[in-house]
Amino acid sequence: MPLILTEEQTLLKEATDGFLAENAPIAHLRSLRDSHAADGISRALWKSFGEMGFAGVIIPEEHGGSGLGAVEAGVVAEALGRTLTPSPFFGSSLLAARILIDAASAEQQAAWLPRIAAGEAILSLALDEGPKHQPSRIATTAERSGNGFKLNGAKGFVLDGHIADALIVVAKTDAGVTLFLVDPKTAGVGIERTVMVDAHNAARITLTDVQVDADAVIGAVDGGEPALEGALNLGRACAAACLTGAGDQAFLGTVDYLKTRKQFGKAIGEFQSLQHRAAHLFTELELARAAVMGALQRLDAGAPKADLAVSVAKAKAGRVAELAVQEAVQMHGGVGMTDEYDIGLFMKRVRVLNELLGDAGFHAERLARAGGY
Amino acid sequence: MADLDTFRAETGAWLEANCPPECRGPLENDEDRVWGGRNASFKTPAHKGWMEVMGARGWTAPEWPTEYGGGGLSREEAKVLGSVMRRIEAQMPLSSFGIWMLGPALLQFGTEDQKKRFLPEIVRGEIRWCQGYSEPGAGSDLAGLQTRAEDRGDHWIINGQKVWTSYADKADWIFCLIRTDPEAPKHLGISFVLFDMATPGVTTKPIALISGKSPFCETFFDDVRVEKENLIGTLNRGWDVAKALLAHERTMIGGIGDIGRPMSQVAVDSIGLDDTGRLDEPMLRARIADLDIDAAAFRLSMERVGDQMTAGQVSPAIASMLKYYGSELNKRRHELAMAAGGSDALEWESDRSKKGAAARDWLRTKANSIEGGTSEVQLNIIAKHLLQLPGA
Repeated sequence: MPLILTEEQTLLKEATDGFLAENAPIAHLRSLRDSHAADGISRALWKSFGEMGFAGVIIPEEHGGSGLGAVEAGVVAEALGRTLTPSPFFGSSLLAARILIDAASAEQQAAWLPRIAAGEAILSLALDEGPKHQPSRIATTAERSGNGFKLNGAKGFVLDGHIADALIVVAKTDAGVTLFLVDPKTAGVGIERTVMVDAHNAARITLTDVQVDADAVIGAVDGGEPALEGALNLGRACAAACLTGAGDQAFLGTVDYLKTRKQFGKAIGEFQSLQHRAAHLFTELELARAAVMGALQRLDAGAPKADLAVSVAKAKAGRVAELAVQEAVQMHGGVGMTDEYDIGLFMKRVRVLNELLGDAGFHAERLARAGGY
Repeated sequence: MADLDTFRAETGAWLEANCPPECRGPLENDEDRVWGGRNASFKTPAHKGWMEVMGARGWTAPEWPTEYGGGGLSREEAKVLGSVMRRIEAQMPLSSFGIWMLGPALLQFGTEDQKKRFLPEIVRGEIRWCQGYSEPGAGSDLAGLQTRAEDRGDHWIINGQKVWTSYADKADWIFCLIRTDPEAPKHLGISFVLFDMATPGVTTKPIALISGKSPFCETFFDDVRVEKENLIGTLNRGWDVAKALLAHERTMIGGIGDIGRPMSQVAVDSIGLDDTGRLDEPMLRARIADLDIDAAAFRLSMERVGDQMTAGQVSPAIASMLKYYGSELNKRRHELAMAAGGSDALEWESDRSKKGAAARDWLRTKANSIEGGTSEVQLNIIAKHLLQLPGA
């Protein structure tokens, strides 16, 4: 499989880039932020994600989706990185959809997948508990109670948790972890919206003796791990794609700036010190792109070590995007520090995407462990 | 895809049957490479057989056309071959400047006669080539080269000196840049010629390096006669050939790093694991993990650039990116190898250290970011040709 987009994927990329440039450019993010929009997203935009087929990109056609794969999901994620568009795409279209497709009952799928694909429903994965992503250390518990379970714990960094129509809660059960589909209006669920540094959306969620029926379980009791892992791998690879998009967009803006900004009577891009830093960054971004493409293709192929390719991609794209936004601000000089210029918005988004689903350190650790050292 | 699966199965079976056990597993050091040539040396007879059987199949140059001895494989088939070889840990049957550098230039610029004459013997490892590019006064400014050719009708008489000629003392033939028009602007008076290193007037002198080895030579030409039929491409337009070839060379140097055991294994063997199963040297462990990430991303990037080239989606200047990153990565790899080896890796003469093999390889890699154009030259090329920065 060549590590480049096919013709169909290229068309999807053009459609996505074109749609977002027109309907959700960075000005859209600014307007949501500056108006303190109650939802933090545009419902109308989410609906049009449904019409364009983005919201249901991986959802099978029988549930109203596009039935495409990880590479196509990555194409959308990269485009969202370029325009910094807040949307329920990560939480609903990737993480929740993947879990529902892989593990949910026919009833659960019928209830939610078509509505996600249509850009109507918003679902959130409630996984992280502390400041760092540590999916192997879940403290939230689910104890058997009545004909169902009683959930207790606290979750954070729950994407779009403040506007979720349903939560997928990861909790510890007797012999493993279990995934629960929870109505956020259930008694005992506390939700605090946490506006993040990038003006994207998340929430803290507390679960106090939250009673759910047995049919709230997704898949098997104690058997949530594989579906969770599958969703995390897809989410991480797409976060890496989004990082690459954001990093590359910041880089392109910076190269433009190097060509137009004049000091000492010439374009600052004529100075070799800046040329070499830009050339280095170009190289790093190419590596990140290749790593992301490799990971997405391996996920689609069901390759045996796809999870490791995903960790390479997330770590590499994270480090590279971090370098890209730092260089971008530095090379823009004073204006790079202003809110008026977009460049700082990229720095904020990249910081959030780096923490999302494990930072470079998390993934380096995972690779080292898998490598036996 | 079904065809590729069949190809994968057949290739796997053939390689299993034909790759001798001696030719599997990581190379212990760079000296174990097979270079072929008239005076070829082989670590074992099996290595000779492995080169010959792969050469006969054209799989030392898998993507070259079969009429010139190549394997005639598509890019996707060649990738399958590569992945199967990696899986069974088959060693590269033949390392060759002919395959990595000259061949692609001949395929692009050579006449039919030249291709038929030179390419098959490259594929079979019969002729070992060296590259006559750098001169004492022409390093990063390669186009300033002064080796001159005097026109004698059907041949030239060549005089001058090359330097940093890799393995000139072991090579059978040389591909060489010479000045054929001293009056023209420097890029427009250079020609690309081939000649036999056994021609009277050619002498070589190895240069002792910090590694204690001498992979490079000074090469002298005193009244060397070269037939004009050995001109590649157009007279005085050798710079075009040189640039195309440098792109292949840069891709090659970028990709040479990955021959040994994984760095993590080297470190675990040397230092050991702690109670939790982690390398018992946490800071080094973190650096190795970072290297592994960058190396994995770089491998994919090499593959992607190849795919982009096949699809015609990329400028040849992209080779500078691979050269820059690959050579810097290889230097990092060997810095970590030395840190992992600790004082054991410092022994220069003992049998225990295989006569300082790790240290010598480490020192050798310092040339990676100099040879074939320095890292700084590569960054200049990226800035100019890929980013179009002003004044670059």
